[in-house]
This record gives sequence, C-alpha cells and structure tokens, in this order.
Amino acid sequence: MAIATAPAERAVPGRNEHPLLVLTARRLAIGVLTLFLVSVIVFLATEVLPGNAAFAVLGRSANPARLHALERQLHLDQSVLAQYWTWLSGLFTGKLGTSLANGEPVWGLVEPRLINSAVLVFAAGLFGAVVGVALGAIAALRKDSVFDHVSSVAALTVTSLPEFVVAITLIILFSTVVSHLLPAVSLLPPGTYAWSQPELLILPVATLVIVIVPYIFRMMRAAMIEALESDYVEMARLKGVPEWRIVLVHALPNAIAPTIQVIGLNFLYLAGGVVVVEYVFNFPGIGQALVFAVNNRDIPVIQFIVVALAAFYVVMNIVTDVVALLVTPRRRIAR
Amino acid sequence: MGRHPWLSVLWTAARTPRGAAGLALASVIVLIAVAGPFVASKPPDALLTLPFAKPSGQFPLGGDFLGRDVLSRVLNGGWALLLMALAATTIGIAIGAAAGMSAAYLRGRSDSLIMRTVDVILAFPQLVFALLLVSLLGPKLWLIVLAVGLTHAPAVARVIRSATLDVSERDYVKVVELQGMRPVKVMTSEILPNLISPLMVEAGLRLTYSIVIMAGLAFLGFGQAPPAANWGLMINENRSGLPLNPWAVIVPAVLIALLTIGTNTFTDAIARVTIGVDRRPEEAVLLDELTPGQPR
Amino acid sequence: MTAGLPPPPGPDPAPPAGDGGGGSAGARLDVRDLEIRIGASGPDVVSGICFEVPAGEVLGLVGESGSGKTTVALALLGHARRGLRISGGEVRLDGTDLLQLPAGDLRALRGARVAYVPQDPAAALNPTLRVGTQLREALKVHPGVVDDPGGRVLEVMREVSLDPTPEMLRRYPHQLSGGQQQRIGLAMAFCCRPSLIVLDEPTTGLDVSTQRHVLDTVRSLCRSYGVAAVYVSHDLAVVGGLVAEVAVMYAGRIVEIGATAKVFGEPLHPYTRGLLAAVPSPQRAEVLTGIDGQPPRPGRRGPGCSFASRCGFAVSACLARPPEPVLIDGRAVRCIRVTQIRSADTGRPAAVTAPSAGGPAATLSLRSVSARYGRAQVLSGVELDVQPESCVAVVGESGSGKTTLARCIVGLHSNWTGEITFDGGRLVPGARDRPKETLRRVQYIFQNPYTSLNPRKTVGQIVAQPLEQLLGLPYRERAERAARVLEDVSLGSDFAGRYPDQLSGGERQRVAIARALVVGPDLLVCDEVTSALDVSVQAVIVEELRRLQRERHLAMIFITHNLALVRSIAQSAVVLRDGAVVEAGPVEQILEHPADPYTIRLIADVPKLAAPGPQQEAGGAAAAGAAAP
Repeated sequence: MAIATAPAERAVPGRNEHPLLVLTARRLAIGVLTLFLVSVIVFLATEVLPGNAAFAVLGRSANPARLHALERQLHLDQSVLAQYWTWLSGLFTGKLGTSLANGEPVWGLVEPRLINSAVLVFAAGLFGAVVGVALGAIAALRKDSVFDHVSSVAALTVTSLPEFVVAITLIILFSTVVSHLLPAVSLLPPGTYAWSQPELLILPVATLVIVIVPYIFRMMRAAMIEALESDYVEMARLKGVPEWRIVLVHALPNAIAPTIQVIGLNFLYLAGGVVVVEYVFNFPGIGQALVFAVNNRDIPVIQFIVVALAAFYVVMNIVTDVVALLVTPRRRIAR
Repeated sequence: MGRHPWLSVLWTAARTPRGAAGLALASVIVLIAVAGPFVASKPPDALLTLPFAKPSGQFPLGGDFLGRDVLSRVLNGGWALLLMALAATTIGIAIGAAAGMSAAYLRGRSDSLIMRTVDVILAFPQLVFALLLVSLLGPKLWLIVLAVGLTHAPAVARVIRSATLDVSERDYVKVVELQGMRPVKVMTSEILPNLISPLMVEAGLRLTYSIVIMAGLAFLGFGQAPPAANWGLMINENRSGLPLNPWAVIVPAVLIALLTIGTNTFTDAIARVTIGVDRRPEEAVLLDELTPGQPR
Repeated sequence: MTAGLPPPPGPDPAPPAGDGGGGSAGARLDVRDLEIRIGASGPDVVSGICFEVPAGEVLGLVGESGSGKTTVALALLGHARRGLRISGGEVRLDGTDLLQLPAGDLRALRGARVAYVPQDPAAALNPTLRVGTQLREALKVHPGVVDDPGGRVLEVMREVSLDPTPEMLRRYPHQLSGGQQQRIGLAMAFCCRPSLIVLDEPTTGLDVSTQRHVLDTVRSLCRSYGVAAVYVSHDLAVVGGLVAEVAVMYAGRIVEIGATAKVFGEPLHPYTRGLLAAVPSPQRAEVLTGIDGQPPRPGRRGPGCSFASRCGFAVSACLARPPEPVLIDGRAVRCIRVTQIRSADTGRPAAVTAPSAGGPAATLSLRSVSARYGRAQVLSGVELDVQPESCVAVVGESGSGKTTLARCIVGLHSNWTGEITFDGGRLVPGARDRPKETLRRVQYIFQNPYTSLNPRKTVGQIVAQPLEQLLGLPYRERAERAARVLEDVSLGSDFAGRYPDQLSGGERQRVAIARALVVGPDLLVCDEVTSALDVSVQAVIVEELRRLQRERHLAMIFITHNLALVRSIAQSAVVLRDGAVVEAGPVEQILEHPADPYTIRLIADVPKLAAPGPQQEAGGAAAAGAAAP
C-alpha cells in the first residue's frame, strides 16, 4: 500500500507538440553530422597514413615512376583538403575511383555485392525477428514450464557463441561431416546475384538467424512477462477481460516497443556479422570484399565499404527509433 | 551487504545454479588455456605426422593441415587469446566507465561532447572498426587489442552513463552536495559504489564479446600470424580438411564455445543477483506488503 | 465549523455487523473465515476475516502497511496476487460463494457484478490503449449486462464528472491528470452497475479537493444504485467521513469491527487506540503518540496476539493463543482484556506550544523570492519569516511550489531571485557557492527515507559524514558524536554498523534526522518528512522532531500537504498556492479563522476525524464526520 505521498513536484517541461517530427528531424541532423565525421575519419585514416600511401600500397615494388603514377591515380599530389573534396563528391556522383587490386571501377565491383549482402541481412533480420518474437511470446505465456526453461537456457548458450563457430557447426552438420545436404562453400563467381542459386543462401541465412534469434527472444520474453505482471493487466483481469484479449490487446502492444529496439540493434549487428559469415561460406557480398580489400590494402574499396556500412547504421538507428516511438503513445503524443 | 560488496555479489552469483555452471565451465577452459603449454608433450610447431592424419594413440587428435600435432596446438592455442581478450576488456571498461560517469555527472557540454564521440564510434560495427585499423597499420597484436578495447568503450559508456544519471538524481547524492563535497569525490565515494551491478554485468558481457571478436579476427587471419597456435586461426586453417580430420576444427571451436558460454552464463547469474530476478515470488510478495511509500 | 462537511453517512448508526453469527438476510456481501496463504502451504498472510456489508452501505477497511487489507480487497473478487493463494473461507455475493466458482463464471462476474477501483490509476490504465477503449471494454466483455453500451459510457462519464465527449475518450492515459485518471477508474467500475464495489485507497496521491469530490461521488453512486462497497484505506479521517461501519486490520486479522462512531469515538482494541492517538487533528494542538515497533511479517507471527509485543495492556495470556473476537458494546474486538481497557483513559494531552517568539530578529527571512524551472515560473514573490526556536509550517497542495521553496532556501535549486537572509547574512543561490559554515547551520531532511540514504554505506558512516565534510573532525571524534546523536534520536548506537536496507521506514528517517542534527545546525528544513510513513510511525517521528527542536533550540521549517499535522508541530503557518503565498500567520488563526477563500476551502476539504473521547454517543450519526468542539 502506498501512504499518502505528496506527488513529487515536477518542473513543467516545455510542451512538445509533435514529438515524432522533432525526433526524426533531430536524428536526421545528427545522422548527417555523424556520417560526415565518419567520412572525415575514414578519409584521414586511409589517406593520411604514416608514410606515403602509395608507398605503403606498392611496398617493395615501388620505384619512382610507379610511385608517381600511383600518386596521381590516388590524387595524392593534391592538397589534403582537395583530396577529401574529390573523394566526397565522388561518393555522391558515383565516381568512386578504381580498385587498386584489379583496376576495375569500384562501383561495378561493389554494387552486386551490396545487393547480395542486403539480401542476407534483410532475410536473416526479418526471419529472425519473426521467430524471435514468436518464441519469446510463447515462453512468456508458458513461464516456468519446461519449454520456457529449455528455451531460455538454449538462448543463453547460443548468444555466447561466435558466429563463425555457428557457421562451422552448420557446415559440419549439413555439408561435410554429418551429412551432405547443402553446399558448404559458394562457387558463385563474383559479380553474380545471390538469387541465381538460392540454395547457397540457406546456410548463411540460417547462421545469421541462429545468431540473432536468442537476443530477440530474451527481450520479447522479458517484456511480455513484465506486461503480463503489470498493474494494468491485473486491472484488466479484475474487469473480467478474457485471457486471449489480455494477451493480444493489452500485453502484446506493450511488449513490442522494447523488442523493436533490440530488433533494430540486431540489424546493426548483422552489418558486421555478415563479414565473418560471408568469409566462411565464400559468399559474394561486401563483407567478403572488405576482407579481401583489407588484405590487399585496396584503399578506395575500403573507404567506400566503411562509409556505406556507417550510412546503413545511421539509417537503421533512425528507423528503429522512429518505429519505437510510433508504438509508444506516451512518447508520441504530447500531454 | 558486507564490507566488500563486489566480492559478495560474485559469491552470491557463484552459488546459484547458473552461476556455478558458468563459473565451472569457464574455469575449466581457462585452466586448459593457461596450463596447456606446460602440459603439452610435443612442440606445437613441429611437423610430426601426415596432414590431416586421423587420431591415433600417439596423436590423440590427429594432425592438422601441415601435419602438426593437433592436441599440442590446442593446448598452446588459448592463452594468447585469453590474454588479449582480458586486456581489451579492461581497456574498454576503464575508458568507457570513466567517460560515462563523467558525462553523466558533469552534464552540459562535456556530456554532449563525450556522447557525440560515442555515437560516431558506435557508427562502426566493432569488427569493421578493428579491420579498418588493421588494414592501415598492419596486424600488430597490441593494435588489435587497442582497437577492440576502443570499440567496447562507447557501449560501456552508454550503459554507465545512464546508470550514473539514475544514481546522481538520488537524494543521497544531493545530501553530500549540500555538504560541499567536490564532484570528483562525489563520483568516487558516493556514486561508484552504487554502480557495481551495471559495471560487473558490463565487464562480463564485454569479456565474452572480446573473446568472440578476437577469435573471429584470428579466424579471418588478423590475429597472431602463423605458425602460431591460436584457436581461431586453427579453425580457419583446417577447414579444408573437415572430411578428413574434423577434430582439428571441432576441438578448438568447442573450446571457444564452452569458454564464451561459461562467461556469458556467469554474467547472466550476476545480472540476476543484482536485479533480484532470483527472488522467489513469495518473498517478492512480502516486500510488496511491507515497504510503504516505495514506488511499485 | 460545519461549512462544507460531508453529510453523515448511512441512514442510521448501523447495527453491529458482528462476526458470522448467522448474517442478516439482506447482506449483499458476506465474508466468512477468509484465509490467504503464501504459496501452497506457506504461512498465512490474512486469516479469520469475517464481515458483512448490506446493500447500499459502505464498509471501511483500515490498516497500515503489512496489515493485509489490499490482499483482502482483491480476494473479494476471487483474485490473489502472484505467490499468494486463497486457502479457505467464503466470499458470498448475494448468496453465491465466489471462491467456489469455476474460472469462466468468476470471470463473467468480475467487472459485471463485482468491480474494483484501483489504488494507482496511472498504473492501472494501459498506456498503449485509449481511455475510451478501456472504458468500453468493461462493457464489451460482459455483453448483455447493459442495454445500450454506447449510451451507458457517456452516462457513466457524466456521473463521475468527466466531459462525455469523444475527444476525452480518444485520449491516452498519460494525457489525463491524476484526478481524471481516477475518475476513469471509477467509471470503469460503475459502468456495468455491479452489486459490489471494492475501492482500494482510491484517493491516495490526489489533491484534497479532488479527493473530496471523489468521495462524494462514491457515496452518492453507492446510495443511488444500492451498491454495497468496501473502502480500503490507511487514512482514518477519510474513512471516518464516509463509512457507517469500519473494520480495523492488523497483521492479517481484523482486530476491531463495528460502527464508525463507536470504533473511532471509543476505540477498545489497544491497536485502534494507538492508531487514533497517532492521527493528527487540525482542531487542536495535541501531543501525537505513535506506536513503537513494527508489525510482524507473515511467518513471524507468534502463537499469541500479534500486537502483544507493542501493547501496553498485554499480559502473559496474550502470548498463548490468538484472541477470538469478543462481542462488546455493539462491536467485535479481538482482545482478551477488552473490559479492562474500556475503563482506561483515552484523551491526549494538549501540546505545550512554544511561545511564539517576538523580539529577536528572525533567523531566516525571505523577501520577494521568485523561482523558475527553465521557463516556467514556480514561485512568485514569496515572503517568509522564521523566528528562532519556532517552527513554521509551509502548507500547499502538489504543484504549489513548497518543495521548490525548501530547495531554494537550502541551495539545491539556484534559479531564483529575491533575498534570502539567514542570521543577518544574505544567502547565495547555489549550495556550491556557500561557505561550509552556512551549509552546516542550515540542514535539510528529504521526504523519501528510501532514497536519501546511500545503500552502500553503513548508518555510522552516513551519520558521521557531514562531520568530516563540514567540520573536518578526526575519526575518533566523528564516531563519538555519531553514536551520541543516534542515541538522541532513540536509535541505539548498535545501529551504526547496520545498512539502510536492514531498517524500517521510520528508522531510516530517524537516521536522516540524526545526520542533519549531528553538525549542530540552527535551522532545520523538513520536506514532507513523514509523508512516506505509516500514521503510527509518522506520529513518533513528529514527536521526536518536536522534542529535538525544543532541546536543541532549533528553528524549523516544516513542509507538508497534511493540514492536520500542522497543528501538532508548528506555531505559525504559511499557505502556498501556485507559487504564491495566500495567507500567513499563527497556526490557530489560520486553522480556525482563515481569511483567504482558498484557505477556507482547503481546510473545509480536509477530512477530519472526531476527537477520541466519551462525548460521542447515540447523537451519533452526525458524530462520525462532524468536527466536535
């Protein structure tokens, strides 16, 4: 019971008439700023290396003529600011330079890979979200049952695993040692699109799904349990509301908001997780391209991929925050 | 609570079923990693047998892709990983906690500055950031440790900042402000002891992620260079021989997995202890009935 | 004065409800031997609960924290919280035992025949559903109970004084004020026209005027619908003005039950007597007596009477067996010594009020103090004087700015203009800029004892800390002084080694007081220091403060929203409204001859309890709510 506590005096906050618009605008502004900062950092880091960049790339095969040619190609003969401007404007106009590894235009190299990785990320993300939410809700409804205990322990175990371990396990189980159902390694030549051989998508997507489902599951379960044990659900029960309605109309909308945050976080995580998975399965995506580029010191490619990933991060953050806001009337609508 | 709340939390967590299981699991693997090099009977670099030789009496786990003894390599392959992970975690926690606490307590411009920096770093996936640094400066081990540590810092900073904001609004912090206590002393003397639970949970989580990332980087080839024995590296090196001698891949993978499962489970136990999830419903009921004025 | 007082409740001083002796035929609600346990076979939380409520009547269920009253209230709908189980007894509504009904029938009953009004309306409303949806839902899940659901929704909104507009229904709960949220709760309960309503402290946290309005609404709705109601509360004054019959609960049992006039007028159970002696009265300045100790938790209640360890009348027989209810003087009392108690004296000594100091200059003076939070004006032109060794009460409702005022004085809030003079010297706005000597001389005690003590420090460290910070004393002397001040606030020095989470609310607040006093201040600012405490504990703390103020010659500012308390502790009072002072002066003058209309209304709206004493008799109907001279 609560004793007659005088309600705490609160400062009257500035009235915010359109929280949604304000939030989106603010996030966009911060996002643009962040991307700008990221681009500067990436550029400085890659171009202003200790020692001359061209020298670092050519390594031992450097001789004055080659150095000179490479420097011109990399615009290293211009001032730093001019170089940055060239690069930045190139980003927007599609002139991304040429890859140092094979001399091809960067965009041509990267575009199909971008799409392939996007397919992976979104397929895994959506599928994982659906499975995670469903399992989490069921575990919450059957709290303390065998299903609940088993799934919770399984979730905890799987979240601990590095994704390459999961990938290798799947390969062992389905491709090499235990059975030979699915191809372990993709033989797609670079430049083709993933859906031309859909069975190659199965294991990579499965790996990513397995890796993200436990996070979503745990959050959904916790949020659902909190909703089901809340005062307003108790009140609904005392009003005689039937259980199915309590779950669907009362509990679920409240449990979904924090879960959306976690789903968004997992999409972000996938952007990085894709690197290892593509490497393991030899999948032609930008993760694999990044690894190759790093190994070859292919600077233009590295620059572009890192900035692209950062842009994805920023956009995904904004989308997540906006969706979470839409689902929470208390933050969406001013008093 | 006792004079050493950190220890008492660890002790309580270790006595729950999950905590005990996690601690035991992690300890076993740590033992293998640390004592392994002294126990291995054969040198990990010597070519002693056929590539991907099947397990036998002399080579219980068979041979790897070059014909080296897998068992010896496994025993030697963990300590560096562990050490690097610990170092990265410590760096991440130290920087992140300091940044988060300062941002929260100092407020205003310091807060904005610190948090904007955090946002920028968080705009990179951890792995990609590490890769970026490696690509520029070469796969030096200290650099990898630093890179991974730096990528932990923002996440830690966010959590600690929000916990600090919460604590610094409490009345008992205002009380010492009314006693004229200086900000730094307020943070160390009043706020920090109340950040034990989020700090410990974050430390556990970060340690787990550090191990995961370090192993992943090693797997990709950005860790210890060959011919070093490193569990992550071993998994990649011996992938091609899976149909012949899977143990060269399976054993290091299992060891990494068990280690991370152990640390993560123990961290989960700590989280439960400090949040009170483990309280039985009966006790929760008692507390409800008998604590007036507390926000429900 | 009788202006604005509620009409006496009930058609007649009700015949005793007694305990289970056959029950009158017209009883709507008949509860027999209700018992609720922890888990499958744990200790009982409440037991032996018996009462009846006839149609159209309201029964008050009063008790402090840990008494089990909310548990009983929920059981009236056949509901038990997580971890609890209804293990025995009957709850008969118009003859049907709810506890035996299958789940489907019980669900159909809830909301339609028996309804619940929650304590915390903000938490009881789903934040993601519109208010209209939740209100209509109450009708939707019971199809056929009401002929015209759409019309009924509008009708019931009018009955609880809410605008019956679509715009109001489209709002989300966070867009309503506390009072409006509570009215929605009431509307949800009444819309299906149930036979029984259970109200669980529905006015906690509401302004006094809103509270008054809600009580009036409840009373008139019950009367017009012939609904039986159970009103759970810790606030005896509120209950006294509303119900004809009251049951007092302690440690899971009903210790006294009977007509309100009798139970509050001539309490017989020692706990009831103690409780009433702790309730402050706005009519007279009396010494409040609290009850030392705490109620035993479930599982720790010994074989005998649970109150025995705190009871002044206890004898060895009290510890042997739990007492059975004794029928006496029109009520049932669980006490074996009730006949001896009856003849004991009940009055309270009048307080010795400190002489309102004239001559010496004021210790603290405020002139034209205005404060802001961001852009909002929170205080305007406040003037205040605190004389040495006297206590000024600052009274106001929520939003009046009283806490902001306290924080400005002490330096926690620095966005203010005007002049605050302490002992002749002007105070600067922020505490950080004030010299340590000033900080030492003006001490502040927070409202919530659960958040004002650092959970990671021992009591000894907490109390000694200001000695280190403000006086720079060495360790040995700090420890000595800390031990002495702990004795002074009636905590033993063995408390020094304990941690706050091992202490009760009252004990924690004493630690906070000790911490404030250890540096020897001249001015003590108490910000709602008893609002988070039970009534009996509140009385103890208020008396401690009074004594300490006298002994240490302190000036004191006592901030509260509880007008009744003011009389027992302060010599002068200041009434705040929306950041401005509407009236100020000696306490007797403000309470008995208020000049400002706001003050008049405020005093009129405060529920008052009749003073205990033999003057309440069968003239009785009026007695339960009227202010007896």
